[in-house]
Amino acid sequence: MDLTYTAEQDAFRKEARAWLEANAPSAPLASFDTKAGFEAHREWEKTLHAGGFAMVPWPVEYGGRGADLLEWLVFEEEYYRAGAPGRVNQNGIFLLGPTIMEYGTPEQKARFLPKMASSEEVWCQGWSEPNAGSDMAAIQTTAVRDGDHFVINGQKTWASRGAYAHWLFGLFRTDPDSKRHKGLSFILAPMDLPGMTVRPIQKINGKAAFSEVFFDDVRVPVENLLGPEGEGWNVAMATAGFERGLMLRSPARFQSTANRLVRLYRKTVERGAPVAPGMRERVARCWMDAEAYSLNTYQTVSKLLGGGKIGAEASLNKIFWSELDMRMHELGLELLGPRAELLPGAPAAGDVGDWLDGYIFALSGPIYAGTNQIQRNIIAERILGLPRK
Amino acid sequence: MDFDFNEDQRLLQQALRDFLAGECPPAWVRAQWETDTGRDGPFWKRLAEVGVPGLLVPEAQGGLGMDETDLALLLEETGRAGLAEPVVATSVGVALLRELSGDLAAEWLPKVASGDARLAVGHAGSPFVADAHVADLLFLANEGALHAVPAAQVRIEAQPSVDGSQRLFLVGFDVGEPVAEGDLAQALLDAALDRGAFCSAAEALGVADRLIELAVEYATQREQFGVAIGSFQAVKHMLADVKVELEYARSHVYRAAHSVATAAPTRAVDVSMAKLAACDAANAAAKISLQVHGAIGYTYEQDVHVWMKRAWSLDLAYGDSVFHRGRLCAGVIDQTIPAFAFGYQPLNP
Ligand SMILES: Cc1cc2nc3c(=O)[nH]c(=O)nc-3n(C[C@H](O)[C@H](O)[C@H](O)COP(=O)(O)OP(=O)(O)OC[C@H]3O[C@@H](n4cnc5c(N)ncnc54)[C@H](O)[C@@H]3O)c2cc1C
Repeated sequence: MDLTYTAEQDAFRKEARAWLEANAPSAPLASFDTKAGFEAHREWEKTLHAGGFAMVPWPVEYGGRGADLLEWLVFEEEYYRAGAPGRVNQNGIFLLGPTIMEYGTPEQKARFLPKMASSEEVWCQGWSEPNAGSDMAAIQTTAVRDGDHFVINGQKTWASRGAYAHWLFGLFRTDPDSKRHKGLSFILAPMDLPGMTVRPIQKINGKAAFSEVFFDDVRVPVENLLGPEGEGWNVAMATAGFERGLMLRSPARFQSTANRLVRLYRKTVERGAPVAPGMRERVARCWMDAEAYSLNTYQTVSKLLGGGKIGAEASLNKIFWSELDMRMHELGLELLGPRAELLPGAPAAGDVGDWLDGYIFALSGPIYAGTNQIQRNIIAERILGLPRK
Repeated sequence: MDFDFNEDQRLLQQALRDFLAGECPPAWVRAQWETDTGRDGPFWKRLAEVGVPGLLVPEAQGGLGMDETDLALLLEETGRAGLAEPVVATSVGVALLRELSGDLAAEWLPKVASGDARLAVGHAGSPFVADAHVADLLFLANEGALHAVPAAQVRIEAQPSVDGSQRLFLVGFDVGEPVAEGDLAQALLDAALDRGAFCSAAEALGVADRLIELAVEYATQREQFGVAIGSFQAVKHMLADVKVELEYARSHVYRAAHSVATAAPTRAVDVSMAKLAACDAANAAAKISLQVHGAIGYTYEQDVHVWMKRAWSLDLAYGDSVFHRGRLCAGVIDQTIPAFAFGYQPLNP
């Protein structure tokens, strides 16, 4: 066990820090759930890409810098420290990208990864359907082979950033007679094909955060099949592992929120505003939990670099970060007192910051990427070994 | 950067787990509750043969010359087994001897390594001294000075604990020449408290794991409504939640091992986080394990209470939760002692 960084890792941190200080936008960009904000975030991704920081752990040929996962953690730490914008292409770069790396053909890697790294093409995830939420194996949307095309019919829903994304990846039933986990295939589809209709859905803050996507005889070439036909479930499980586990929510995100919470607490006390008894400790505990998440991630990365694998443990992470995020934002709002409900534009809002927005987002954490109840089932059955029935 | 244990460390852990599973099953632990001293001298000797008390003793003095990152995994196993022998106090005492060096260390370290001496430590975390009745040498504080007192020179008064594995005493002694005074004594006592708290946290991980294991075993075999109770989601989700808590506590404890071994500037806060996280997890595991067992778990005959009471007493050992919560807040909120976010950066000034 050695918890110190190498000289190379320190040098990389310094380089990333200096670059981010010089290049990260000084004011927050508009939400990427608006058209203007979406484009502003893409511009930022282009800057990141030009600087060589878009996807540090990816191979150089795909637009990365060939760094290892430890350097990726270091980069994430610097990224959040700099307060740089959210990643508009997160479903692409953090979820689909690694899946293509694992299952894609050389042609698919060359075709999709570089444009993903630069966010020339932004991706959305099409898994959920009206009747297939937690029970994803209930997927009904079909993709029937017709010569060198799949013909897709049906509906996906809740596709985050579906309103403005260029491409969609999802699971489709390629064997119409199949049941449950069998006969599904992982297919990549551009969003502008004839027969495809995108209907944005406002999330609870009124922004078009996700979309329904309707398919009416949409023809997708067979080379857009990722992994073997009929084996889509296994391919999707790899993506889900990245989502719940390491990639989607790196620890620095929560350490950064925890540090802001500590500052908010200190400022509130200094201002002489009333603070509930016990608040001091609850804030400190959040900081401690964010710390646990970071330490745990370093453990996981060390294990992976040592040749190990992560499996169902990803479910432990998902519960931990999503509940921590909610706890921290609840405390943030409590510290703001009567101003907690004010929108940032309210004349008396002052320095309320984005605690409210963050809270509203945190509320979705226990739902997306597999609800926390589903994660508990997984932990109980696959880690603890309790009987399924 | 490598936040993982190596193969040798894992093998040593497995070896100790197997040894303890064979040598001190629950029936043996419970039998110890009933004896006068609650301790087993010959067994301590055997524990020394497998290297446990001498782990921190330098090789030159007959020990293994290892550090707390090696010790962490072994203490998880003593916790899992519910072992009552004074492994923690002796490890803390060994570190004091190592720091003090000189004749005292030369005399006592080989005896500890060979299993011929047990140590006890009094510290600011508690008015009571654990295992003062079997210790051959006791480290005791008096007016800011640190004393090393042989067993013959102490007066002890037993303070029976709800945890039959825990033997506590109020200790008096005739004050002689201290082994350290002033700042040095303070630094040694602080380090002893931190080391003991880390060790207790590592044991608490094993206690929590055992309590979860007991519950999973029971839930798999006990049937109600025609099915194993472990198939009910209410049961599954309780156990899943405490498993999450345990795994994140583990991360704190392993980091604290490293901070103690390297005398990191953040040692105090790192150790307090580990102690809080691990003892909370053990206490949560105890409550949930009891609930999963139903009435049978509430009996003296069943084993749940043995580990539950370990969880209670470890929570109070080397600083209770009020003490550690205070230090956590001092580090994170008041910033009067160092606390740095791992990887991320020091807290803002
Ligand atoms: C902000 C946000 C972004 C999203 N983005 C995407 C996206 O980009 N792409 C995409 O495909 N999907 C996306 N989703 C959808 C998400 O994956 C689903 O909401 C999720 O899988 C749950 O499905 P559901 O909403 O149909 O709820 P349901 O499955 O109907 O569940 C409702 C409730 O029942 C519980 N429940 C269901 N089954 C069980 C069970 N077996 N045991 C115990 N409890 C159970 C659930 O935990 C939940 O509390 C997003 C959702 C949100 C909120």
